[in-house]
Amino acid sequence: MSVDETREIACNADRNGDMVATMRILVIEDDLEAAAYLTKAFREAGITCEHAGDGESGLFMASENEYDVLVVDRMLPRRDGLSVISALRSKAIHTPVLILSALGQVDDRVTGLRAGGDDYLPKPYAFSELLARVEVLGRRKGMPDQDVVYRVGDLELDRLSHEVRRAGREITLQPREYRLLEYLMKNAGQVVTRTMLLENVWDYHFDPQTNVIDVHVSRLRSKIEKEFDKPLLKTIRGSGYMIKNDA
Amino acid sequence: MSQLCLRILFCVRRGISLEKEVAQLDLTYEKGGIRRVFNIIERRARQPGANLYVIASPQGEILASNVASLQPGVLNRLGWIEPPFRYEGFAENNSGSHQNLAAGYVIELDNGIRLLIGRDLGDPERLHIVVRQALLLALIIMGVGALVIWFAIGRNALKRMDRMSSASGKIMAGDLSQRLPVTGSGDEFDRLSNSLNLMLDRIVRLNEGLRQVSDNIAHDLKTPLTRLRNKAADAGATESPDERRAALEGIIAESDQLIRTFNALLMISRVEAGAVAAEMSVVCLSAIVEDSAELYGPVAEEAGLSLDCAIEPDISINGNRELIGQAIFNLLDNAIKYSEGSGQSIHLSLKREDGRAVFVVADNGPGIPSSRMDDVKQRFFRLDESRSKPGTGLGLSLVDAVASMHGGVFSLTEAKCLLENYTGLGAVLSFPLARQKGSLD
Repeated sequence: MSVDETREIACNADRNGDMVATMRILVIEDDLEAAAYLTKAFREAGITCEHAGDGESGLFMASENEYDVLVVDRMLPRRDGLSVISALRSKAIHTPVLILSALGQVDDRVTGLRAGGDDYLPKPYAFSELLARVEVLGRRKGMPDQDVVYRVGDLELDRLSHEVRRAGREITLQPREYRLLEYLMKNAGQVVTRTMLLENVWDYHFDPQTNVIDVHVSRLRSKIEKEFDKPLLKTIRGSGYMIKNDA
Repeated sequence: MSQLCLRILFCVRRGISLEKEVAQLDLTYEKGGIRRVFNIIERRARQPGANLYVIASPQGEILASNVASLQPGVLNRLGWIEPPFRYEGFAENNSGSHQNLAAGYVIELDNGIRLLIGRDLGDPERLHIVVRQALLLALIIMGVGALVIWFAIGRNALKRMDRMSSASGKIMAGDLSQRLPVTGSGDEFDRLSNSLNLMLDRIVRLNEGLRQVSDNIAHDLKTPLTRLRNKAADAGATESPDERRAALEGIIAESDQLIRTFNALLMISRVEAGAVAAEMSVVCLSAIVEDSAELYGPVAEEAGLSLDCAIEPDISINGNRELIGQAIFNLLDNAIKYSEGSGQSIHLSLKREDGRAVFVVADNGPGIPSSRMDDVKQRFFRLDESRSKPGTGLGLSLVDAVASMHGGVFSLTEAKCLLENYTGLGAVLSFPLARQKGSLD
């Protein structure tokens, strides 16, 4: 995602009032160069970003201040990333945590999530991926997921009856298409990446290297947009997708 | 030394014969009295090589005996005489009397008369010589034997070890074409050399593979990096904001592809290194294959292909769902990518066969020449030299790594060997089935 686009998304979000307050996050990362880059990039995306350089100070800052999301590197001086997370959880601080890891293990993700992390991103990663995940995590904190019906514009998804309607007309979806739409609508106004879709809709955690997700999204799109004027499901170049009512 | 030998002889002899004799004489005395004992002793004493008999008064005066004189004090104590005593026998010829050693036993009869029964232990000097000679001979035989063994075995072995160590020295110095000497006798040394040589062969192969991989990596990373650099240069040179924007987007796309490549590379080496690190559990392979059909069905349709699925349900294997999923997705992705536009179908099947779960993907694409079937499993190897199709050239390497991590086998063959109506590439992935408790889940 180019810097311009990132800014554009952040502005759009502001303009539409989707993000009422700016998000405040803490990056705990010992690589100063990477941290400086992340801080700058997050700020450009309209997110207030603070930085801690080691595990102890990160734990202190995270316990003392309110953050929407913590981005925690796994390997940290003075206190390991996973132990920072467990310490926070044992203090009943449930700020969503995204773990960054360069550790060469196949099951890093599992151990990271077991330690109390909410999401996991292996290094090297694209910033657009990180940004999308942080935004989704930050939103999740503010809004407990209790809506029975998701609404985006005139599109409705009923989570009890599994019915999808647009402008009152029923749309028939395959089970997987339904889950895809449900995830997109749950995160309406947020960018979701292809990897996030593969994770949350298909439950496989790797980078879909080809257009496989795109094909599913475009099928879904044709079902929910074909006979209607207004597009809802947008492709965000270089990042992923976002469902949103522009009106 | 001779003292010790004497003691040994003494101990051996005294035990058996003297005790018998004493017991016999004791019995005789009880039955026939002293007279009878005298008679017996008289008779026995005259036999050649007889025992020593001494009858003495309670005062120690010798009354009758077949010895000329006795070491003084021998008769003073009853029981076994320790240590052996000296006596002087009657000369049998004219060489005169000589001192001998003897072992003996003293008993006291009722009336205080003491009776000594003894046995000659032979000439100590003679014994001494015999023992010394025997020892010397034994030492010489041992020495000669050791030398013979050393020449026959040890020296030979050391020489061969020397040759081996000089060969391994050369190998350590970097000459991997060197091999340890093998004599062909099939002994332990040969077997050792053989297995070390096999190990060297394997090292050479791995080394070669590694070199090839790093060549490929260098090549495959250089190309996108060059493109990246050119795009950055374009972005810097252009005045138009639209063009700059397009160039920057190109740069980002290019970098994303590089990141993908690195992720895939890392993934493969993790899988290859981390058979233990990955969490293994009983996973339903049928469900994964169904997922893959569901995920790739629309992709195939878009590419004008149809998926022809035959998935046997409830096949479980022991493994890591993520990795197996990725391997299967890769195979399917490849099949679609390379048969796009052929307008035909892709075969996808999973079945039980001889206690294994066998997954097959076959297509009608151009296939792979059989001579290159093994090459395509190597990292970054791509048949399409121009690299016009998208991809990292790592897909099949990952499949191979995942298969071997799970004790499975990944093989490529011509599709027509597997199925009648297919002409392209056939990929077969087989895993050992999980233990039967999986069926209860």
